[in-house]
Amino acid sequence: MTTVRRVGIPALSNGGGSMTSGRKNVLDLDDFSREEIEGVLQNTAAMREVLSRSIRKVPALRGHTIITLFHEPSTRTRVSFEQAGKVLSADVINVTSAGSSSKKGESLYNTALTLQAMNADIIVMRHPHAGAPHFLARHLDSCVINAGDGAHAHPSQALLDMYTIKEKLGGIEGKRVAIVGDILYSRVGRSNLWGLLKMGAQVTLCAPPTLVPPDFLRPLPEEHPFASVRVTHRVEEALEGADVVMALRLQLERQASGHLPSLREYSRMYCITTRRMELAAPHAIVMHPGPMNEGIEIDPEVAHGVRSVIDQQVTNGVAVRMALLFGVVTPDRSPLGRSEAGHNAAGRSATQ
Amino acid sequence: MMAATGQVLIKGGRVIDPGSGLDEVADVLLAGGSVKAVGKNITAPDRAEVLKARGLIVTPGFVDLHCHLREPGFEDKETIASGTRAAAAGGFTTVCAMPNTDPPMDNASTIDYVMRKAAAEGAIRVLPIGCVTKASAGKELAEMAEMAEAGAIGFSDDGHPVADGALMRQALTYASAFGLPIIEHCEVPELAAGGQINEGWIATRLGVKGVPSAAEEQMVARDIALAELTGGWVHIAHASTAGTADMVRRAKERGVKVTAEVTPHHLTLTEDAVLGNLNGGTQFDPLTPDAYNTFAKVNPPLRSQADVEAMIAALAEGVIDAIATDHAPHNRQDKLSTLDDAAFGISNLETALAAVLSLVHTDAVSLTRLIESLTLGPARLLGDRAPAGLGTLAKGAPADIALIDPDAEWVVEPAHFVSKGKNTPLAGVILKGQVVKTIFGGSVVFDAKQGKT
Repeated sequence: MTTVRRVGIPALSNGGGSMTSGRKNVLDLDDFSREEIEGVLQNTAAMREVLSRSIRKVPALRGHTIITLFHEPSTRTRVSFEQAGKVLSADVINVTSAGSSSKKGESLYNTALTLQAMNADIIVMRHPHAGAPHFLARHLDSCVINAGDGAHAHPSQALLDMYTIKEKLGGIEGKRVAIVGDILYSRVGRSNLWGLLKMGAQVTLCAPPTLVPPDFLRPLPEEHPFASVRVTHRVEEALEGADVVMALRLQLERQASGHLPSLREYSRMYCITTRRMELAAPHAIVMHPGPMNEGIEIDPEVAHGVRSVIDQQVTNGVAVRMALLFGVVTPDRSPLGRSEAGHNAAGRSATQ
Repeated sequence: MMAATGQVLIKGGRVIDPGSGLDEVADVLLAGGSVKAVGKNITAPDRAEVLKARGLIVTPGFVDLHCHLREPGFEDKETIASGTRAAAAGGFTTVCAMPNTDPPMDNASTIDYVMRKAAAEGAIRVLPIGCVTKASAGKELAEMAEMAEAGAIGFSDDGHPVADGALMRQALTYASAFGLPIIEHCEVPELAAGGQINEGWIATRLGVKGVPSAAEEQMVARDIALAELTGGWVHIAHASTAGTADMVRRAKERGVKVTAEVTPHHLTLTEDAVLGNLNGGTQFDPLTPDAYNTFAKVNPPLRSQADVEAMIAALAEGVIDAIATDHAPHNRQDKLSTLDDAAFGISNLETALAAVLSLVHTDAVSLTRLIESLTLGPARLLGDRAPAGLGTLAKGAPADIALIDPDAEWVVEPAHFVSKGKNTPLAGVILKGQVVKTIFGGSVVFDAKQGKT
């Protein structure tokens, strides 16, 4: 047991990656290379180490201002970013807004100008409209991190999911990942698709056809980035031999909107149950981005069972967000090395 | 500016008049607000103004069946004065104004108001379109007979379809008394609900709701069936899908009274424009902050490459009767937002000609057919509501002329638009082909040399 109190972040990696080559925004994972994702995951390990200390504070972002701008209700993502910023000693200002439409109240553009005037270094944004973070990124000098935009993307969630997979299963390459649920509207599902495919996972999507984007129901051309993705409408087929089972939240209004005959039928056909998990690999883990509808997309017995890593996802979320915040604000800072030190840091975390 | 009764001789241009099949270097003499003569080596009468047109194309002034002048009610977006000047800058001398104003043009007095306003402040001819239903609400027929008397050239709830099929049947039947078309914005509301762009991979990857082609095609099919049933005339506004082109083709072959228009953007741009990568790149490249380009948000949405090719083919073979701009000016704020919040529409009048000339430069459509679809094609649909000879250079036709330099290259700079609407997805794009002068009723109403002011 070490009693040495460290004050820096150990061994941040650039992983050969471009979190150190001038990334200003994190809008989705489609523009991340595999190396860059690996770099973030390594830095996440270092951040995990910081979070495991008795005094969880490092001065990395001291003097920097982070504004979290949430136009949609969220607890865990917002708190996760806030905590990440505070551990890194940034000043964090939370702005929430219930009314999000530009048609009433202040327009997004005027909000953007106000934020610009406040000299925020980083804006962490959640918005019900896809592309709202892109809009900010286009008009602002600040770094923009997408904390979920409409049905488009949720990159920090996908990164923490990948970190958790790596932590639990030792890697992502070649792993069979089944994503089950509302693929059509899930930003978590979309960002995971980009990330997991770049990392070499084999992804199967499973949902009733009404909850799959229409173009995924037809064969995709060879050059399509998602060409290797398998789509099935039978959950048993998706779970067969899976290393990772990721259940997505089903928005309860899907029944009223005509996507589903009933939640009851959905649950019968697609709920991740203990029985169905028997089809998966013996070491398989179960994930959920939360908040869960227990008993609809996931059985409580599974959600709180031995295979569930849902709590670890939340913990890893803070570390991933620390890595992202650090990465965008200090793109030019020389890391301590991509070297063994970095790998050691990752290794240490992974075995803790 | 010359007096409308003065004489103008346009010398030495390549005169293209699809109405008479003329395509040769010739002179055009205008007098008393009409075309007086077209021929070789016309001698300039005394006191005639002579315009040298060597190297230029001389055509009848363009006719736009579909444009939004926004007045009354939305003068922050456009006015009759600014919109008609923008039209003149685009070579247009006749525009048909859509009735989705505030108040809407759903009765004879608003039609009359717009016509008076246009006569007083407009730079060119404005022909009004009346609503099909009161306030375009889709519930009760608007007073079409009175609007026809007041000068309406057709009826449309543009922006919305007449969703109720039984009401559409009545509209087609009623309007047949005056021989006027119902101009339908074909879009089944339930299928299009919440849709921002074309359905497909781009909508999927952007995470925005798409509008399937079927939303348009289902209503085109319905309207063709209703036109067949009633003998009424349906005009399909802004056709955008391969399926629509197909149905219109087959309906015309059966003798159904159906006509159709296509916009410059549905002939030249695909849904890729929403990605903000007009300078290159594929649908599979990573998104940049330029993605979610609200300037490419238009209704009906920009479609796939296959749809664009089908529209070009339909235009070339005459299945589509006319190119219409669907000029939809908006103010800055309307587009400065997310894709979901942004207004639909493109400010089109000033880029229309150059955009569609690209089809000629790539040999997809002949120059004659293209000019026809901007002049005689739309003018034919106006019938006796328009002055005799409109869209042609026949003797006695209105002295409305566009002078075009087909090879002049220019960069689209929205800030220089005459229109109040600077909303175009073509900002910064180099286009080839420019309107040099526009003459309306014998007077020069636009001269590129004098700049756009």
